[in-house]
Amino acid sequence: MTPTRPRRGLTSVAVAGVAAIGLAACSGGGAPSKDSGGSGGGGAGDNSGYTLAMVTHETPGDTFWDKIKAGANQAAKNTGVTLKYSNDPEASKQATLIQNAVDSKVDGIATTLATPAALTGAVKSATAAKIPVVAFNAGIDQYQQVGALMYFGSDESLAGESAGKRIAKAGGKNVLCVIHQAGSVALEARCAGVKKGIPATSNVQVNGADDSSVVQSLQAKLAQDKSIDWIVTLGAPIALDTMKAIDQAGSSAKLATFDLNIDAAQAIKDGKIAFSVDQQPYLQGYLAIESLYLLKKNGNDIGGGKPVLTGPSFVDSENIDVILPFAKNNTR
Amino acid sequence: MSQTTKTPPPSAAPTEASNRVTLGWSNRLLARPEVGALVAAVVILIFFLIVAPAFRSPASFFTVLYASSTIGIVAVGVGMLMIGGEFDLSAGVIVTTAALFNAMFCYQLGINLWVGAILSLVFCLAIGFVNGYLVMRTGIPSFLITLGTFFVLQGANLGVTKLVTGSVSTPNINQMDGYQTLKAIFSSSFRIGSVTVEITVIWWLLFVAFSAFILQRTKIGNWIYAVGGNADSARAVGVPVRAVKIGLFMTVSFLGWFIGMHTLYKFDTVQAGNGIGNEFLYIIAAVVGGTLLTGGFGNAVGVAIGAFIFGMTSLCIVYAGWDPNWFRAFLGVMLLLAVMVNLYVKTLSTTRKVG
Repeated sequence: MTPTRPRRGLTSVAVAGVAAIGLAACSGGGAPSKDSGGSGGGGAGDNSGYTLAMVTHETPGDTFWDKIKAGANQAAKNTGVTLKYSNDPEASKQATLIQNAVDSKVDGIATTLATPAALTGAVKSATAAKIPVVAFNAGIDQYQQVGALMYFGSDESLAGESAGKRIAKAGGKNVLCVIHQAGSVALEARCAGVKKGIPATSNVQVNGADDSSVVQSLQAKLAQDKSIDWIVTLGAPIALDTMKAIDQAGSSAKLATFDLNIDAAQAIKDGKIAFSVDQQPYLQGYLAIESLYLLKKNGNDIGGGKPVLTGPSFVDSENIDVILPFAKNNTR
Repeated sequence: MSQTTKTPPPSAAPTEASNRVTLGWSNRLLARPEVGALVAAVVILIFFLIVAPAFRSPASFFTVLYASSTIGIVAVGVGMLMIGGEFDLSAGVIVTTAALFNAMFCYQLGINLWVGAILSLVFCLAIGFVNGYLVMRTGIPSFLITLGTFFVLQGANLGVTKLVTGSVSTPNINQMDGYQTLKAIFSSSFRIGSVTVEITVIWWLLFVAFSAFILQRTKIGNWIYAVGGNADSARAVGVPVRAVKIGLFMTVSFLGWFIGMHTLYKFDTVQAGNGIGNEFLYIIAAVVGGTLLTGGFGNAVGVAIGAFIFGMTSLCIVYAGWDPNWFRAFLGVMLLLAVMVNLYVKTLSTTRKVG
């Protein structure tokens, strides 16, 4: 009995995955589909009956998290898992949400570890209750000591460094790294990584919640330092604002960004953004749920005790034609 | 008997009249709400001209004016509302609501953007009306009522956008009918010599002039000061308090809608989570510009200068190339400085009045 079950699970995952890709290709050009996460399985998935909780530090209103959720929903659909999603940007409240999941005796918890120290207690109480915990998106250096079994995400520092190296190779001399949220460890790590790749990097801080203010601040910065020849933004919407600022300041600076959205993907195709460093949020959400399913179902362990990297994955003029339809479907 | 009744009245009237203080022109000038802000603005301007070389160009100055205008336009309404004795904490998110409404309504139904823009205006005015009506009807402080509206709109922005588009940002609308004309009105720019002038700067100046005219030269202006100073006595002398206050809330939501349109037609897409926190910037602009938090005192030019101080400070910190980690700290110090200079000038004027 046991050998057949995982195989059935895996085949159905593959079938549903193919179905999802097929659907994604169909809806590419038109108006956005109603629910990108729900376009897959139908009856094709396993019927495992597990209940899994996903807890994140999402600040409501960022397109990035839509993709994480789309991936998680797809995985849940494929495996017949009931997914309970909750989020709070504040560390102490996120810890409470994890505790809530433990109290409601879910079968597994996937959580982001943006603030590992604050979440350690809650994760430990989950492992004490024999509920497996996997980490994703943030916490690559701390996930093991916190008590999470696996990690799916990008190494922010490595991603920044490879972006910096790429800019250096393209002839960049004076790089500006745009931080759009004050005091974020992940964003600081990205800029620090860029600086490692190309030492002549300076940071600037903008208010990511107000597009006009981002444009104004960057216009000011470009006027202040006219030798800036590359700008790195840390989120796709900020990259689009930056394009406006470059334009209005009459600057010839080139632009690279972290993450993708529809308009940023189009801008890459149009040559306005040189490249994007994608951490593939859809994959993070998908793998976090899928891994818990496999762990419960078949005792599998992904990554060989090491973090599983979903990025950096570069998107540029060479591969944008392949990726653009997926970006339009809000899954990449 | 006849002696006692005759003597007091004639002697009382002249003494009261002679006790009145007549102010010289310099004192009258210093007593105006915007003078303190103007002095603060000049001090900060000179300071940044010295420490930020990149600021010393006409182009930079117009970027600062653009930054001031995006805050200043809504601040015009918020300032008038505060003079009228009320707060609106929903002014920041209503900007996003207006833009989201316009973008999604037109994109999903495939109709001309003008229709959505006008319906969005009606919708925003309705929100302003509800704010005002609830405040007047229930007597609950506007701080609480609009805090409620703020949360409702913040959640609805996200929830509805997610429901309609499946994402938390709106689709790109720059290929739709009506886009060009609306862009020309709300977010075009033109060049004069070496500088780019954003149209919002022109709109801002117009709104300020109009607001100044209303406040200083019309009956409605007197009503606004009266309801902010003391609503009960205003009502007693026949001022339509309810209509004035509801009108003020609707003015704020109109101007919020205006900036929402600017944001939409400048960036073509809107993120549903945007605009949060800006309500305080509007209030800061009004207060730095000499508007009293308790109502009844302030004027339009002062609020405009307040917005300018904020725009200048936030950009000049960048022009000066200071460490970005300290940005907020610098901003806070500059704003405190502005308020303190403002207060100092005002105390100066009142002490002269007494002596």
